[in-house]
Amino acid sequence: MGWIAEHVESIKSMKIRDTLSQLITLGMIVSTALIIWKALMCLTGSESPVVVVLSGSMEPGFKRGDILFLHMSEAPFRAGEIVVYNVEGKPIPIVHRVIEVHEQENSGKVDILTKGDANPVDDRSLYAYGQNWLKPQQIMGRAVGFVPYAGWVTIIMTEKPIIKYMLVGALDSAGETYLLF
Amino acid sequence: MNITADLQSLFTWNTKQLFIFVAAEYETPRNSLNQVSLWDAIIPAKEHAKFWIQTANKYRFIDQGSNLRGKKFNLTLHWHVMPKTGRMFADKLVMSGFRLPDEHR
Repeated sequence: MGWIAEHVESIKSMKIRDTLSQLITLGMIVSTALIIWKALMCLTGSESPVVVVLSGSMEPGFKRGDILFLHMSEAPFRAGEIVVYNVEGKPIPIVHRVIEVHEQENSGKVDILTKGDANPVDDRSLYAYGQNWLKPQQIMGRAVGFVPYAGWVTIIMTEKPIIKYMLVGALDSAGETYLLF
Repeated sequence: MNITADLQSLFTWNTKQLFIFVAAEYETPRNSLNQVSLWDAIIPAKEHAKFWIQTANKYRFIDQGSNLRGKKFNLTLHWHVMPKTGRMFADKLVMSGFRLPDEHR
């Protein structure tokens, strides 16, 4: 019993310093992640330089759970490029291939049509009501590289938040145990 | 449309598949540049990369409203190398001098 009381004493006395130390470490990790993210945004010119593939419409090239690296440039869009675009009113961006481009030299107006590799029809049904063509402004970036399966962590954490809490809880107690030494 | 191609050299240890498609490129009075994809296919492995096919177009050759009769156009074969992991790249081969018939539906 005395041994337990001793243990509790030592934990309580280190509690404040411990907690502060952990909070600062956590803060540093989050800041570093944020800095890396913002730097990527600058480098790639895209507001979302890394995306996770959520649907199977680009199979067998991209499967659900893959990560895509995006890059945005002033270069005009051409048929064959894989782009990530937003539709007004829809929260999640879509990753598909450009199959048609119609450009007007004078007015600079560009109409784009996309389609998922695995879909039998083009994306018109996904665009906003009454919209038949995509505008270049809706495109966030071109896919230039990819890593398979790496996005599953994000998908699991988004769709099953309990895993996120368990993960943070586990890291927390691992950190505490380490600091006790 | 007849296509004979040998794309085996594009397959490396890191190639997952090739996405190839044929696009027609042309000008109209309204649009200075138009690209319309007529046909595409996925080549999943090196053995399939040397092929000959004869098909009608997979996708309709329609323009944004204007007349396509007698229109001159280029056909381009594009290929997109999709890797098992890493950077993707694409290239193309342009064949020019095609012309749509003067009379059609």
